[in-house]
Amino acid sequence: MVGRWRDLGLAVLGLMLLLLVPVFGAPPAIRDFIMFGMAYGLLAMSLNLLIGYTGLVSFGHAMFFAAGAYAFGLAMQSGKFSIPGAFVLAIAFTATMALIVGAICVRLNEIYFAFLTLAFQMLFYNIILGWVSFTGGDQGLMGGIPRPKFLGIDLADRTQLYIFCSIAFIVCIAILRQIVTSPFGYTLRMIRDNQERAAFLGINVPLVKLACFVISACIAGVGGILLTLFVSGAYPNFGFWTTSGEAIFMILLGGSNVFLGPLVGTVILRLLNDITVSYTSHTELVLGIVILVLVLGLRKGPLDLLAERWENRRQAAAQAVRDAADKDAGKGGT
Amino acid sequence: MDLDALLRCVGTTSCVVTQLTSGMIIGMLLFLIASGVTLIFGVLNVINFAHGSLYMIGAYAAWTFYQLTGSYFVSALGAAVAVGVLGILFERVLMSKVYGSNVLMQLLVCYAVVLISDDLIKIIWGPVPLSMGMPPEFRLPPIRFMGGVIPPFYLFMILAAMAIGLLLWLVIVRTRFGSIVRAAAINGPMVSALGIRVNLYYAAVFGIGSALAGAAGALAAPVRSLTPGMGFSILIESFIVTVIGGMGSIVGAFVASIIIGLTRSFGSIGFPLFVDGVMFLIMALVLIFKPSGLFGRPHR
Repeated sequence: MVGRWRDLGLAVLGLMLLLLVPVFGAPPAIRDFIMFGMAYGLLAMSLNLLIGYTGLVSFGHAMFFAAGAYAFGLAMQSGKFSIPGAFVLAIAFTATMALIVGAICVRLNEIYFAFLTLAFQMLFYNIILGWVSFTGGDQGLMGGIPRPKFLGIDLADRTQLYIFCSIAFIVCIAILRQIVTSPFGYTLRMIRDNQERAAFLGINVPLVKLACFVISACIAGVGGILLTLFVSGAYPNFGFWTTSGEAIFMILLGGSNVFLGPLVGTVILRLLNDITVSYTSHTELVLGIVILVLVLGLRKGPLDLLAERWENRRQAAAQAVRDAADKDAGKGGT
Repeated sequence: MDLDALLRCVGTTSCVVTQLTSGMIIGMLLFLIASGVTLIFGVLNVINFAHGSLYMIGAYAAWTFYQLTGSYFVSALGAAVAVGVLGILFERVLMSKVYGSNVLMQLLVCYAVVLISDDLIKIIWGPVPLSMGMPPEFRLPPIRFMGGVIPPFYLFMILAAMAIGLLLWLVIVRTRFGSIVRAAAINGPMVSALGIRVNLYYAAVFGIGSALAGAAGALAAPVRSLTPGMGFSILIESFIVTVIGGMGSIVGAFVASIIIGLTRSFGSIGFPLFVDGVMFLIMALVLIFKPSGLFGRPHR
């Protein structure tokens, strides 16, 4: 219970930090950076629930990011929904889609799972591209997303939008944290480490995996909604395979064994992107080389490595203390 | 949705012949790529997510060799060999380092290679789509058959792909090399204990799989426009083919490629908007009723 209160406190603290940014009148560039970071951060964090905690390597997670974005954008453009209504509708749509894709994919082994999620993502992407009259094809959802006032909140105002996104973001992170520390979260880890054993203990492994898949998709969908609100449009590349690849890379950069690692990875990748863009137009080349160096050189994410080092040192220190204590005890005995 | 058009087409032999040929060339290109994917998976137990890039490089290499030599046959052969060598390099330098690691690391290495090769293609050949044009060897009057019209190059493509597939099958099933490869697929360490350098065979299999993708690229070059990123959509289709046919089965890849090719060509008349959907539907049905694929053995 202590951990839970501490997590809640940290969440409130995080929210306050985020809200301090506009109070101190930070330049719009920084605020934009944070808003992009929140949207992509939710994508990476939710994907890590699959990859890091359950061992399901999905290569198609961006389809749910795009599903949330498009469902929300289309609902708002239809003019029949308020923002909360469209929000709920978009999440329901994403959840339904995840339920169908997940039901087909979760029983498969690791490699099949990776490329089938990729294949479904490309199907979704092709539908977005092909159904021009509905989705606007490769132009994306044009004409802006209307943002009518609700409950006195006006999301057309940049500051209010920022506050709204920050709250949604922190709530999602808190939900993820809650899941990871709950018995359900430990079941996920058991499935990752040994799914036969989990099955022997009476756990319905495919069902738990499916539940995890749907939850994770919904949170990615929230990320998509935030991005849609922010850029006032939805574009097919939200659901392109490179977006999924980037999300996986964010997890690698930040580390999959640290809860907030993917978020750190998001910040690193976005910074890396912004820096390379200002020097060269060949960002993909640079990105590819960085990935190869990290994967082949370090064999794991830089932050995972740091966390491991720290853990080793802590254990070595504890061991040293214990050895010293043993020695003292030995002396005392003679 | 225009099922009437489909029915009308099936009613006339000329339309059937035309659609059959176009379905077969789609299918045979897919077969060359999918057989490489399935071969590499069957033996090395890794999915080469960068296989589409090898196809793309094959097409661009064939284009360059064609500009240099003017002979299509030389350039196709050159492209296949060049991509084969590239594949061996890729395997030795990058992929072999992550065999023991989890799928995530393999995925990331392939993702990096796809990014790098797409950008390199843009740097070397430019971002504008290139077109090779029909080589003079095939500028012949089309073949008329039962009222349908078949361009000679299409016939060549189909026959060449089938010949390559047959050769591959014979090598795997009939030769000493093939038996060692099949043994290594089942138990690599055991084969290695018998004094065979398994790593060489792994590299060779990767090279053969890559050369197949290169050959597919060279065969596609005269009839497709060359763009950076052209490899990715065909990669997805080749995955669908391997799932339907069964992972590791070359015969399965052949049959599934034809199924997908014909679905594409006839589907484009009857239900153009749903062609992708129907392909996925076929795949989903196979996964539900026979998860190991039509010709695959149940997975270990």
